[in-house]
Amino acid sequence: MFRYLVRRLLQMVLTFFGATFVVYALMFANQTDPIQALVGERPITASQRAALTERYHLDDSFPQQYWYYMKGLLTGDFGTSLTGRSIRDMLADAWPLTMRLAGMAIVIAALIAVTAGVVSALRRGGAFDNVTLVATLVLLSLPIVVLAPIAQLVFGIQLGWFAPTAGKNATFTQLLLPAFVLASTVVAAELRVTRASVAENLRADYVRTARAKGLSRARVIGVHVLRNSLIPVITLIGVDIGGLMSGAIVTEKVFNIPGVGFNLFRGIHTEDGPLVVGFVSVLIIVFLVVNLVVDLLYAVLDPRIRYE
Amino acid sequence: MSDFNLVTSVEAPGGVPTEPRRPDRSGKPRSLAGDAWLDLRRNKIFWVSAVLVAVVLLMAAWPSLFTSADPRQCALSRAHRGAGGSAFFGYDFQGCDVYARTIYGARNSIVVGVFATALAGVIGLIVGLAAGYYGRWLDAILSRFVDIMLGIPFLLGAIVLARRLSGPHDTGVVAVTVTLGVLGWTTGARVMRSAVIASKNQDYVAAARMLGAGPVRLMVRHILPNSIASFIVVLTILLGINIASEATLSYLGVGLKGDAISWGIAISDAGPYVRTNPGPLVWPSVFLGVTVLAFIMLGDAVRDAFDPKLR
Repeated sequence: MFRYLVRRLLQMVLTFFGATFVVYALMFANQTDPIQALVGERPITASQRAALTERYHLDDSFPQQYWYYMKGLLTGDFGTSLTGRSIRDMLADAWPLTMRLAGMAIVIAALIAVTAGVVSALRRGGAFDNVTLVATLVLLSLPIVVLAPIAQLVFGIQLGWFAPTAGKNATFTQLLLPAFVLASTVVAAELRVTRASVAENLRADYVRTARAKGLSRARVIGVHVLRNSLIPVITLIGVDIGGLMSGAIVTEKVFNIPGVGFNLFRGIHTEDGPLVVGFVSVLIIVFLVVNLVVDLLYAVLDPRIRYE
Repeated sequence: MSDFNLVTSVEAPGGVPTEPRRPDRSGKPRSLAGDAWLDLRRNKIFWVSAVLVAVVLLMAAWPSLFTSADPRQCALSRAHRGAGGSAFFGYDFQGCDVYARTIYGARNSIVVGVFATALAGVIGLIVGLAAGYYGRWLDAILSRFVDIMLGIPFLLGAIVLARRLSGPHDTGVVAVTVTLGVLGWTTGARVMRSAVIASKNQDYVAAARMLGAGPVRLMVRHILPNSIASFIVVLTILLGINIASEATLSYLGVGLKGDAISWGIAISDAGPYVRTNPGPLVWPSVFLGVTVLAFIMLGDAVRDAFDPKLR
């Protein structure tokens, strides 16, 4: 276990530096004139230019610039956006909103997936099972650029059941529709895993033993089967947490939620390099840490798994 | 979950029939492909998705079969006008024929999807074959590299890469294709690698090696044909995913651009006017959704036929 942990941590460090270096290089290498991009259309004097070059280390080589950036990032200095705001403040503003949205989506998806998955595994081949199989296939294939605007149009505008957009201080009810949209991107996979895992465990020897001992059906399913079947589902939910925090770009744009994805989208459009690299680096760290925790959790939950 | 060494049942090499094969009328046992085809022929989902895919491909190849209108002929005087004449879906905010633009949008989706999938397939095939066949340090390096690739959230990587690759004046087709190809090969490589590892220790490979076959001949003539089934299934599904990703990137403004006609751009453009004129948003969404669904259903049906274990 310890060796596995060390290996995973080393791998994580490697992934982090590899990924951030690529993103940094793609955003900043061979830039035409970063100083002109900073000041916009206004003319700039030679001394101002020299001061800015000095301040942003523009004369240094590319690896050196990456090094300065990493040093700042790892000491909590994310730099300044081209709009003049500190990226740390922007993250602090945007993060809670995205966390709330992702949290709601995770809970909604887990509730639906586990309930429907268990029911369809218990009645395999039945009408409910067939309907959920088709529904998950459709959900798995519908891209979010289709789902989000259509959901907004139908449920937000035409039927009026939900608020069509959510602002900066979004309430729980305003975030409900975007959370459902976000949940629908992960619910299908979670449901299928639950169904497959419950169906497999229902055939296991220990279930037959439990039945033979005369335990009630509710106890056999609720305690014996469910406990073992939920292990892969929980790990999948963990992976989805990492994915949802970085994958909410389209949903946040459609529903006008100024979270992490929304800011990132705006940064890409306004060519705000520091903002994009800062946000992407943080998102990658979150993604990697969540995945590591999930892998370790897997071993804790299922003692049969031993990592070398 | 992202450990390269775990082989899940989904990735296991295809074609392991659970029941012994019945000889058909000629008395010869059916081949794997023959078995799969027999399964597919009876599968309704296969036929539905195959017909849908055929229609979309036809739309991409000869859009003029479906509409005689010019998708670039727009007049502001017709903006937001309802359906009429050959414009079955009405007009968008610039007075363009929504039906014609939706039909013509199929081509870019298919072109980007097919070429991106082909690129991802070639990279995945080479990496998977090399890692699976040679093993040892090469496998270790390639596997760690795949781990790094999987550590980058897909959409973030695609946005940054697509933005960088596209020039200021082109339509972005090449940039999006390369982006999706470069980011999409990992699943295929993993599947190929585990399939190669499963089949490289079979007796017939050993026999061919004894007969003096070199590594390239062994890989191409003996190992590849027996491990390619599940790889092709992955690619079919990837094709659907790539079409969806192209639309997503175009929607976000980093995919196709300029005067390119794309379902993603159409959905994005229609957004601000959706309250008064939902048509230009709904129709491209329907076409995009049905196309992706058709490709993924086709991949699903083919996988079920080649890998009956999963049912």
